[in-house]
Order: sequence, then structure tokens, then C-alpha cells
Amino acid sequence: MADHSAAIKAQVESAYQQQRPVNIIGGGSKSFMGRVSVGEPLNLAQHSGIVAYEPTELVLTARAGTPITEIQQVLAAHDQQLAFEPPAFKGKATLGGTLAGNQSGPCRPWQGSVRDAVLGVRLINGRGEHLKFGGQVMKNVAGYDLSRLQAGAMGCLGVITEISLKVIPKPAVSSSLMVTMSEQDALVLMTSLRRRAIPLSGACWSAGKINLRLAGAESAVNAAAKELGAHFDATSADAEQDFWNNLREQQLSFFSSDQPIWRLSVNPASPPLPLHYSKKSQQIIDWGGAQRWLAGDFKFEQVQLLAQQAKGHASLYRGRNLKGEQREPAKGEVFQSLPAPLQALHRRVKKAVDPAGILNPGRLYSWL
Amino acid sequence: MCPITISHTQLMTIHSSELAKELRSFVAADYVIEDEETKRPYACDGLSTYCEMPGLVVLPETVEQVRQVLQTCHRLQVPVVARGAGTGLSAGAMPHRDGVVLSMAKFNQILEIDADACTARVQPGVRNIVISEQATDYGLYYAPDPSSQIACTIGGNIAENSGGVHCLKYGLTVHNVLSLELLTMEGELLTIGSEAFDSPGFDLLALVIGSEGLLGIVTEITVRLLPTPPLARVVMAAFDHVEKAGDSVGAIIEAGIIPAGLEMMDSHAIKAAEDFAKVGYPTDAEALLLCEVDGTVDEVEEHIATVARVFAEAGATHCRVSADEAERLALWKGRKSAFPAVGRISPDYYCMDGTIPRRHLAHVLMSMQAMSERYGLRVANVFHAGDGNLHPLILFDANIPGEFERAEAFGAEILNLCVAVGGCITGEHGVGMEKIRQMTAQFNDHELAQFHAIKRAFDELELLNPGKGIPLLKYCQEYRALQPRPQHTQNKAMD
Repeated sequence: MADHSAAIKAQVESAYQQQRPVNIIGGGSKSFMGRVSVGEPLNLAQHSGIVAYEPTELVLTARAGTPITEIQQVLAAHDQQLAFEPPAFKGKATLGGTLAGNQSGPCRPWQGSVRDAVLGVRLINGRGEHLKFGGQVMKNVAGYDLSRLQAGAMGCLGVITEISLKVIPKPAVSSSLMVTMSEQDALVLMTSLRRRAIPLSGACWSAGKINLRLAGAESAVNAAAKELGAHFDATSADAEQDFWNNLREQQLSFFSSDQPIWRLSVNPASPPLPLHYSKKSQQIIDWGGAQRWLAGDFKFEQVQLLAQQAKGHASLYRGRNLKGEQREPAKGEVFQSLPAPLQALHRRVKKAVDPAGILNPGRLYSWL
Repeated sequence: MCPITISHTQLMTIHSSELAKELRSFVAADYVIEDEETKRPYACDGLSTYCEMPGLVVLPETVEQVRQVLQTCHRLQVPVVARGAGTGLSAGAMPHRDGVVLSMAKFNQILEIDADACTARVQPGVRNIVISEQATDYGLYYAPDPSSQIACTIGGNIAENSGGVHCLKYGLTVHNVLSLELLTMEGELLTIGSEAFDSPGFDLLALVIGSEGLLGIVTEITVRLLPTPPLARVVMAAFDHVEKAGDSVGAIIEAGIIPAGLEMMDSHAIKAAEDFAKVGYPTDAEALLLCEVDGTVDEVEEHIATVARVFAEAGATHCRVSADEAERLALWKGRKSAFPAVGRISPDYYCMDGTIPRRHLAHVLMSMQAMSERYGLRVANVFHAGDGNLHPLILFDANIPGEFERAEAFGAEILNLCVAVGGCITGEHGVGMEKIRQMTAQFNDHELAQFHAIKRAFDELELLNPGKGIPLLKYCQEYRALQPRPQHTQNKAMD
């Protein structure tokens, strides 16, 4: 719960002078994501604490090492929440890591991603300069947006030290619906719901069932639940809550598979992925069709092709489970390959922020 | 009015008539404009106090032609200034004397509306409002709605990361765009973003949106569409003090409601708007709030009741709820005509665009009143209260020598005050030419150097919109020395 930014800055400065790579670590909850980065550990976990929170302004500012759970608790006391419903990973996930890994939960299509909630950041660039971009206000168009640029950059574009976020009021009520449905029918339903102004905050097909979640004003949720409910099974509120929590925390039984887990981010209206029947059960469709999780021993090229056909991209989200928390480290690339001109631009942007290439080299791509 | 010129870092290495000849080898002859008279409408954007005649204006009709224009200008090191509808308010599209204005006006087609995915693929010269008009058949609309939406183009919205009255709930342009086709200055066509909700690698979409034409030329855009809410209603509330009005905004948020729109006007703006639009605003009020709620019928009824209660508890002297769509539109009409209304009570006005944390509103408005007296210029305020975006309108008469300069100094002092209370110098109009000096109040030299490094990663020779957006470091010292100092307010974030 203290400001350690001076020490972190000093470590980056010295790494820059000596051209030594650093490996940025928050709570360590997402070490399975991306490629392995070699470098001197740069620990952000101690650089923690909420710096400012103005409930009536809907703005919270916290240091990068602040656990997501701590932020959720403070917001809950004011009946507010993070819009993007990130996983807390047993209390280990930090705000900085959540942004660097672009982690958003089931409500993402309706309430936006962590990137969308970002208003400003402080970060240390590869020269060891501590810089501030964006701000603590909803609108700020001065200068290039280096704040939202951090989403999914896996620490390759700066050591994030502080983040300001837009937060939202908690919905007055929420309610869930569930029924057995084929993948094809579930996708058709998701597409028809996408076009309707109803208070949807989750639409996920998992284990042969479609799960919908409604959240918002009581009257709107009740009306939508009544209309849709005729076609759904009655479920207990606890079971519903468990499902969405487990989905958000990636704790559904699907995620405990020993197999590698692939994430496909696609056009939400894409048809079912052309998978062999036996592989179908090893799939979760979340985000109303836009995020498809696959478990299985695929070749990366094969999954990339599937994603491209669905107008999106794929990543090896997590390697094969070894034992305990151990995952098989990725040897090759884990994120969708980029066309050559875009690759060249990535290199130039990286160099503009981190000229010596010392921040998490190779974490995102082998060549970055 | 005195035109403000920019410093020229590049000089055209080729005479403009020779360049015109070269461009005519692939662009229709009429669309390469050389003569003074036809070039004149391109001399400024919506901020007409800043003007400059361009070397040439070119209006390509295909992406291939745009690519060739860029490649030619890159080879000859000629600056390129992209232009949409020219409605910008920060001189971002002001031409370069030795450069080419690249008008995207011919790219005005909606290419596809995908109602299943809820997206529209459009060309950059499509006007903002046309997207919603075309999407309405599918029960969909495009959420960001800047005040200029009838005229402004989506390409310009990308350049400025435009907002509008609905951004607290529905976000800015950056939240509503899925992908772009971008031509680099070297003529390379890149796809940034995708039809999915995210993309592999860096989020370059965030970087390009709001980059004011400094990083590339956008040739195609895929935007996200939303289902049109079945109902919207507005509550108007009048207050005898701005502080009470400001507090009531916080109280609405605390009640768990995110309004679709939440606008505030001060007494000068109320009187001007009522005089102009005659919609029944109480002209004796010190502050007027318009709070719009949208959603399903049940939801709107529930929230409207809460909003009306909160306003009453906050001490509103007058409260009115729109009974039907006609009344809703009438109540908005006054606010939407606030700018022309103010234009009627003064020969000229200068529109500012700072943002502040809302809790500092009363302090900022009072400080502004003191400045108004000091500068001897009136100021009227319209305020996107939900998201803290102030639009002070400084009234002046350009025919009185020195008044425009006074208005500019007044405006600069307002922006410095916004930064001092924890806000920023521009919420939605962009930096352009106009606020280039104030950039030094918001950013230090390391931060500005970082921006320049990013710029060079996209445009190594710095030919795209040179001199705009980010001040050159060599001028920063001078700009900082010239800053009018606001009465400094400590930003106590945890107070």
C-alpha cells in the first residue's frame, strides 16, 4: 500500500543504461499468458493502493499493483463496480496486469473492455522516464492516446504505474436464464438479442446450454426476464451466480482441462466454427458469440485459420497443464501472426517507447 | 481578422504547378485545384480565425489515388493536410502554405451495414448523421453525436475522437469503432483493428483515433452500431445557484443512474438560448440542467422518477419532464441552438473546450467570472455536465482592435485553470493549431518527446499535418513563458 514508483523508475533507468531486459511482474496471476520473457524481475505488487476515488465523478485511480479484489471491495461500498468485470484470479490479479493483459469478463460486449474504461495512465517508458498520459476526466483528446494503447501490450510499451478508470453504478438487479440448446441455435439467439434494446449483460453457450444474464433497472430486467423466460428452465439464483463467477474467473470445468486452451476473438455473428464433432464439446462461446474458447491439441496454424475464417484472430491462451499451477511454456508464437507491414509498424512503435528493447522483450511476439 | 501563420519546417521542393501536373497524371484534372478562388474555401476549418492558403487542394476518388498522392508527396517531401467536412474547431485542418490539402470529400459511401454483427462499414467522407439514418431501418444507430453531426464526417470524427452529448453513457468515437483502413505517408495500406472486439498486438486503433491526421490517412471505417432505445425522456431543472446544480449532477450518479445526456447552461447561455429558441427556459435561473434518460419504457419511467426526485431534493426552483417526443425535442432545441443563440448577442464568440473534474465546477465558473471582469469580455457557459466538458463561449468583437487577442488570452487562462484543477485542455475539439501552446501546460518535455517519437514511428519525415497537435520542443520554453497564470488551485484528488 505504498508508492514504490521511485524505486521502480530507478530500476528501469539502470536497466536502460546497461541495456538489460526486465520482466515486469504484478501478482503473477497471468504468467501463463503470452510468451516467456527473460529478464531481471521488476516487481510491481508492492506498488499498490487506491490513490483517488470519487464516487460521484465515477472515477477511480489506483497504483498498478493494486489487487482487483481490493478495488472491487472499495467500489462495492459505494454500490459501484468495474464496468468490465475482470477476473480476480484468487485475489492475485492486479489492475496493471489486467490492463496489460486486456482482461475483461462476460459483460464485455455490453459494457466495454478494460481498455474502454481507461481514462489515463502513468507509466515508465524504456528510458526510465515517468510519464503521464490521459487524465481523470471522461474526455481528454490532448496528445496521442498512450493510455488505451497499453491494453493487451503485455508490458511491452511501458511499465504501467498508475491507472485512472471510469467506473459504473452497480445494476439495481440482475437475473439469469438457462436452457439446453444446440450451438447453432444458441448463436442464432445471440444474434437476434444483439439487435434488441434489452438489458443484457451476459450471453454464453457452455456445456450444451445457453446462459443469459440480465442486469439493470428492476422493471427492465423483470420485463425482459418475463418475455424470454418462457423458453428457459427455472434455475436457482445461487447456481446462476456460480456460473457467471466461474466463467469470469475461468474456473468452469472447461478451464481445468489438461489440454492447451485457445482463445478465438471473432466477429460475433460468425457461424459455428467448423470443428470435428468430437471437439465440439470442448468449446465455450462467450461474449454473445465474439469470444470462443477451445480446449484441445490443435496446431496453432489450424486455429489461426479458423479464427481468420470467422473474421478474427486466435491466441494460445494457456499451454498444456503440467502439475499444480505449472503450464507448459510456449516455444513458438502464441498470438496471431501479423502481416509484414503491421509487424514493421509494431517494431517502430516499440522502439519509440522502448528504444533499447528492455521491457518484456519477446513476451508478446518473439520478434518484439 | 489577422491570420495566424505557422512556422514552416519544410519547404516544397517542387513548384506547386509542377506538383499539380504530376497529380493530374492519376487524379481527374478538375480535382487538382490550383487557382486562388477555388482554393479559398479550404483556407480554414470551423475555426476561421486561423487561415492559410494551401499550395494545392486535391480530391482523389479512389483509395489507389490517395495512395499515389501520398507516395508522390512523400517522394517530394510535400506536407499533406487531410480534410473532412472542415467543421473542426481547433484549426486541425488549416492548410500548410507549402503543402497539399487532401480532401476526402469524394469518399461518401456507406459500403455495408451488417445488421447481424451490428456494424457499418463506411468511407471516411460519410457524414456522421447519415450512418444513423441508414441504420435506423434495422433498429440500430451510431452513438457518438457531436453537435456538428449534420455536417461533420466520420473521418474527421476519427481524427478528433469526437464525443457528443451522449458520451457519458455511450462513449467517444474510440469506444465505437472496430477497425480502420489506414494509409501511411509512404502509401502502405494497413488494417488496424478487426471485426472482433479486440486485435492481436498493440491497440493501434486507440493510438490512431484522436491523432488529428498526424499518423495516417483513414480510407475506410467499421463502426459499431447499437440498438435504438425504445424511449427517451428528458427532465429540465432550474437552479438559483450553479453549485446546487453541480451537486445535483453528483446526486444523480450516486442514485445509480447514468443519464444518456446531461447538459448544463449558465444564466448567460439560458437567456440567449431562450431568446433564440423560445422553448420556455426560466430566464431568471442561474443554472439549467437537462437530463435525458433512455432505455426500455419501464426503465425510463423508473429512472425519470428518480431524477425528478433528486432534482427536487437538490433544491431545483423549477422542474419539467417531457411528456412526449415533441416536448423532449423542444427542450433540447434550446440547448442545441445555444451557440447560434450566443452568436446573436455578440458579433463574434470564441468557443473553448476544457474538461474538469465536476466537483470543481462552481470554483471554475466563479474564477471564470473574475477573469471575465478582468479581461472586460463576457463569457457564457454550456457544459456537458455528465462528463465534465466545459464549453465557455467568450464574446468579443473582432472589429475592435485587440479584442480577439484578449479573447485568446482569456481562453488560454481558462484552459490553464482546467489543467490546474486536474482536468485537461481539450475534451473533444482537439489541439490542432489553436491549443498547441497550451499543450505545454498539460505535458512536460519528456511526454511531448514521447509523442514526437510515436509520430515518427508512423511518419518518419513528419509530413502529415506538420506543426499541429504536438508542439515542437524548441518552442516549448517560449510557450510556457507566455502562459497566463491562473490562480493556482491545488488538485487534491482525495479531498
